[in-house]
Amino acid sequence: MHKYAIALTAAGALALGACSRNAPEELPPAPQMPTTTAPTPGPATPGAAQPGTQAHFMQMMSGRDTIYFDTDRYNIDSQDQVALQAQAQYMMQYATARATIEGHADERGTREYNLALGERRANAALNYLVSLGVPANRLTTVSYGKERPKSMGANESAWAQNRRAVTVVLN
Amino acid sequence: MKTKPFLAPLGTLVLLFAATPAAAQQAASAAAPPPGSSTTPTPPPMSQEALIEQAMGLTGSVTDESEWQDLGIAIPAFATNRDQPTPANTQGTAALGQELARVVYADLRNNGLFRPTGPDSLPQPSYAQITAPEYATWRGRSAEMLVHGYVRAGADDRLTVGCYLYDVQLQREVVREGWVVAPGEWRRAAHKCADLVYSRLSGEDPFFDSKIAYIAETGPKDNRVKRLAIMDSDGANHRFITGGTSMALTPRYSPDYSKILYLSYLNGFPRIFTYDIATGQQTLVTENRNPTFAPRWAPDGQHILFSMATAGNTEIYRVRATGGQPVRLTDSPGLDVGGSYSPDGSRIVFESDRSGSQQCYIMDADGSNQRRISFFGGRCATPEWSPRGDLIAFTHIAGDLRVAVMTPSGGGMRHLTRSWQDEAPTWAPNGRIVQFFRTQRGSGEASLWQVDVTGRNERRLPTPVGASDPAWGPVLP
Repeated sequence: MHKYAIALTAAGALALGACSRNAPEELPPAPQMPTTTAPTPGPATPGAAQPGTQAHFMQMMSGRDTIYFDTDRYNIDSQDQVALQAQAQYMMQYATARATIEGHADERGTREYNLALGERRANAALNYLVSLGVPANRLTTVSYGKERPKSMGANESAWAQNRRAVTVVLN
Repeated sequence: MKTKPFLAPLGTLVLLFAATPAAAQQAASAAAPPPGSSTTPTPPPMSQEALIEQAMGLTGSVTDESEWQDLGIAIPAFATNRDQPTPANTQGTAALGQELARVVYADLRNNGLFRPTGPDSLPQPSYAQITAPEYATWRGRSAEMLVHGYVRAGADDRLTVGCYLYDVQLQREVVREGWVVAPGEWRRAAHKCADLVYSRLSGEDPFFDSKIAYIAETGPKDNRVKRLAIMDSDGANHRFITGGTSMALTPRYSPDYSKILYLSYLNGFPRIFTYDIATGQQTLVTENRNPTFAPRWAPDGQHILFSMATAGNTEIYRVRATGGQPVRLTDSPGLDVGGSYSPDGSRIVFESDRSGSQQCYIMDADGSNQRRISFFGGRCATPEWSPRGDLIAFTHIAGDLRVAVMTPSGGGMRHLTRSWQDEAPTWAPNGRIVQFFRTQRGSGEASLWQVDVTGRNERRLPTPVGASDPAWGPVLP
């Protein structure tokens, strides 16, 4: 009886944690498709971004270019793993692609600590990608601390969207 | 006097009455009563001083609760021996005299010091009255203290500014000083005069004649332009240093004002640069591919503290200001960030989340003897040691961010501000005022604020655009 109650509580807490830590269902806007009048160089078909570019990466990831963190945390959870696995597959498919991982923090912390925190988050993502086989020499990190928020709000859901690591393919 | 080229303009501010340079003596024309040009004045004997203090109800330990706060001080326009053109004021030295008194008045009024009355609501004394005040006039205006001053333009355009403090009740001079300044430095003479009045009457060290480096902010919240900027302690002589193409953050004036350490995203990555004010040249503090941030000067200006992230973990390092091999001072799996030296350079207070959240720690200057000092709940961030050594200001995070102070052992914690987000305190040179930046919820707009170490007299420091990361330098050399 006791054991059961404890297990239930733990599961409840986990579920709650998962709710609060991830950004709302709202996904980033779909990547802009180049118009047909702008011919893309290379073998790309009209309307599709060229493989190995940031535009193509964004298109293929459809939101999985970004992972989210709890306040002051930098651990990679199962949802992050799914996103990072997709990123890793992309990076291995396009073996010349290089990427930088931008680490960010929400605005509710001091500036310098947030720079350190953003760097730690970016490295957590980088380490996971490397563990999946992406060569480390194709990845770099940069921290923006709280200087480049994605969501302009000043509330919990905005801050949850801003505690993030974003992988950007370098063209 | 400094001989480095960048200090040349500052070096022209010569203490007149103490040094009594020949040039200043010559500047006193034969016509007018030459204030202060008789002989080198001697300070009043101790007995007189004691008398004055007794009469004013001053005691040995001065706090802002002392009666000096209530002193009425009249600051009429500074007089001039002869109204003549000066590069410092298009209308001549008489108008400049008015401006000088306005600056002295604004310094005292804006900082909540005394009960000053400015030149715009006072009669203007003649040049002769500067050394022989009409005490009856000022007594009638219920002024307990009187500031008189004069300005004279020399043949070389340099200005001689005299500043006198009189006790109206005792009809006696309390103190006088004078300075020779380049026309472009005329405000410094006014700040020196305000410092003289303030320090003489309060017993505190001066602080007005100092500068502030900060980050000027413009543009939308998600792509704000952040530029390095500098200004005088009262916001005057504002100047942008960087253009805004690369994001600039967290400046720190060197103790001699010759350089500014700051973080720049030049080339896309955050690294610390030294900006040489005289030459405009920038150099990397340490050659490394890793991000470096949170730069700090040692009190002697010979060493620099910085934080560097390696594979995601940030530690604090020390390097010689001239370069060389950095020495790592911390070694923990947590983020160790920032650092502020005690005034004697023997210890460093810094922040670390090694315990699980940001807290403040102290270590010896060589990195030994690290111990946590903050145990009052919430988080402790951006600790800054007071120039007096008695207190550490920091950002206390418990939901909101607030500026607070504690003793170097972590005791006596008290908040100085209560707002949504106040952070990054920096000390006035005399350790009596804390400056910080306040972020507005929603817009994210930042502004500079000051508050007395007592927690009173909170006021905003006007800046042309948004402002953050203030760094208050020492009293100018």
